[in-house]
Amino acid sequence: MKKLRLDQRHVPLAATLVVCVLLYVLTGFQYPSFFSPLVLADLFSDNARLGIAALGSTFVILSGGIDLSVASVMALATMFMAAAVERFHLHPAIAIVFTLLVGSGVGYLNGALIHFFDLPPFLVTLATLFLARGCCFLISMSPVAAESPFFQSFGEAGLHLGTITLHLGTIVFAGVAIACIYAAHFTRFGRTVYAMGGNEQAARLMGLPVGKTKILVYVFGGLTAALAGIMAMANIPSGDPLNYLGQELDVIAAVVIGGTVLTGGVGYLAGTVLGVLILGIMQDFITFGNRDAAWTQITTGLLLFVFVAMQTILSRWKPRARNSIVGRPLLPSPGTPGEG
Amino acid sequence: MSEQNTLEYAATAPAFGRLHLWGKLLWPALALAILLAIDGICIRGFFSVSIVQGRLTGTLVDIFRYGAPVTVLSVGMTFVLATGGVDLSVGAIMALAGAIAAKAAMPASLNGMGMSPGAGIAIALLVSVLAGMWNGMSVAWLGMQPIVATLVLMVAGRGIARLCIGAANVPLSGTIWTALHNPHLTLPTAPIIVLVVAIIAGLLTRATSIGLFIEALGGNPVASRYAGVRVGLITFMVYVFCGLCAGIAGIISSADVMIANASSTGMYMELDAILAVVIGGTALTGGRFSLIGSLIGALLIQTLQTTLIYKVPIQQTLVIKAIVVLAVCLLQSAEFRRKSVAVCARIGLSRTRKAAAQVAS
Repeated sequence: MKKLRLDQRHVPLAATLVVCVLLYVLTGFQYPSFFSPLVLADLFSDNARLGIAALGSTFVILSGGIDLSVASVMALATMFMAAAVERFHLHPAIAIVFTLLVGSGVGYLNGALIHFFDLPPFLVTLATLFLARGCCFLISMSPVAAESPFFQSFGEAGLHLGTITLHLGTIVFAGVAIACIYAAHFTRFGRTVYAMGGNEQAARLMGLPVGKTKILVYVFGGLTAALAGIMAMANIPSGDPLNYLGQELDVIAAVVIGGTVLTGGVGYLAGTVLGVLILGIMQDFITFGNRDAAWTQITTGLLLFVFVAMQTILSRWKPRARNSIVGRPLLPSPGTPGEG
Repeated sequence: MSEQNTLEYAATAPAFGRLHLWGKLLWPALALAILLAIDGICIRGFFSVSIVQGRLTGTLVDIFRYGAPVTVLSVGMTFVLATGGVDLSVGAIMALAGAIAAKAAMPASLNGMGMSPGAGIAIALLVSVLAGMWNGMSVAWLGMQPIVATLVLMVAGRGIARLCIGAANVPLSGTIWTALHNPHLTLPTAPIIVLVVAIIAGLLTRATSIGLFIEALGGNPVASRYAGVRVGLITFMVYVFCGLCAGIAGIISSADVMIANASSTGMYMELDAILAVVIGGTALTGGRFSLIGSLIGALLIQTLQTTLIYKVPIQQTLVIKAIVVLAVCLLQSAEFRRKSVAVCARIGLSRTRKAAAQVAS
């Protein structure tokens, strides 16, 4: 019987899964067409952008930091791509490489400032939020369209399985998700991230490469944000300096709803995928019913509140819980990293 | 015995704190002075203030006037940061306050509530206090982390605002709005309101022991609780006050343009307010605050914005702002100072080598 019991640290993940399935079934009963595989495929491809960025952000949050610059970096990526193709007539494939470099560069800037000068992640990534957004406006004050046949094929590419098409975005999202889950639970890097999120001092004393990992985590965050921006170009091949304004909140919300605790050290990458799906299904529920888009924000806020309240209460249950800090003691031991 | 010690500490701590803070105030004040000096040299007539049609006009007046929302936000934010928390929802509460005020004053035929504009503003302020209470409740009693607890309203607040007035601009009218916007007075109204709020906040915290309690619980909440400070209540009140300040800021900035808008009002304002407070020498980790520092910080941000508008489009000022944030952070970072001293020493400047030796010892 012991094996069937739910481990305490899997409770948030289980709750996320239950909510995700419930929402899916509920929406399906409300709008029967929702159950069609076409809609399901669209659910993934529509949310691929948010998902890719959220997966990168999950590592940052797991390591005990936060990245506010995600949405701005996404916008910068689209602007940079569009400008490189349109103004400098680069081949889009080369432009993609440069864009990924720009994203990682912003990430490196974040990580280096946070690590070398011991600055609060909140303020540093706030500065890069302004910086990346400002750079968008430096490139162009108005939207730039990238007219290239490459983008057309980019948008149409995908795996055709009978009636449904798995778009390129979905495939990349799935690839990134699998790579992230592998990196988090089966590599030294992942274990270091969990360890330093749980207790940075202890991780350093254990001899783990905390500094290097911290910088890598932010570089990865920037890289995935840029990748997310590039994937968005498949749908709309243009860059707009006002794109994704305020979407850093959606990214953080997806991660938190996925069961990752904002103080770091606790959470699952698979949870983030579920969190993104929950937000996506909710969005569909609201658009299917022709409701005011404002409801998306309100329900996102409510879900966020419910999940965080649940996490807080759960962490207080712990018999050995230390006071004040949410979920700190739930550090997975390095030998058995996340069986989930 | 222990009571006497506490009393002695209570008597000396604020004085010591103030002494310490004056040193910290030097940098933001100096930065503001340098910026103003550059403006005075480079921009013709920057300091000229005249009375046109009975109203005081000039660039300096504009800085005070358009800087009013961020200044009043930074007053509320100072106390929140001093407790070691943060309030991300102020921008959304601003939008909410403007939306509620507009909705309440709209005639019933337009889905409004048909109240007088004054009553609308009163209800808007009440709602922002309620929003602050929600934040305070989540942080103080549910024990949520401040970033997430206020993130909830940051996301949902704008949604509620949009539900009230939709996505479009709603024009505001009525004598009270005109009085806030452009009164027939020599002085603009908004800075006066801000000044009153700041003075009340200053008196409440520094003339009573509330300020000391806030700093105590920011320094060490557990120790303060054992010392008999009502940690929960004070945390709660701090967020309520921050909500009220956000509401006032929302009304002022809606009156600036005579329009209520659910998405543009207060966009990224929370970040400006946090920045102003941090520039003013209040650390994000809590435990010590300077209200005057925050006011200087807010003025610095607004002056920078006003200066840059002369040269570059408003959107591109974000790049400069980013550089300022980083510069301020680096200046306040002990690690940066230590490293830069070490680098200077390596280059071989003898005076800094001495300083490095001192730091090392």
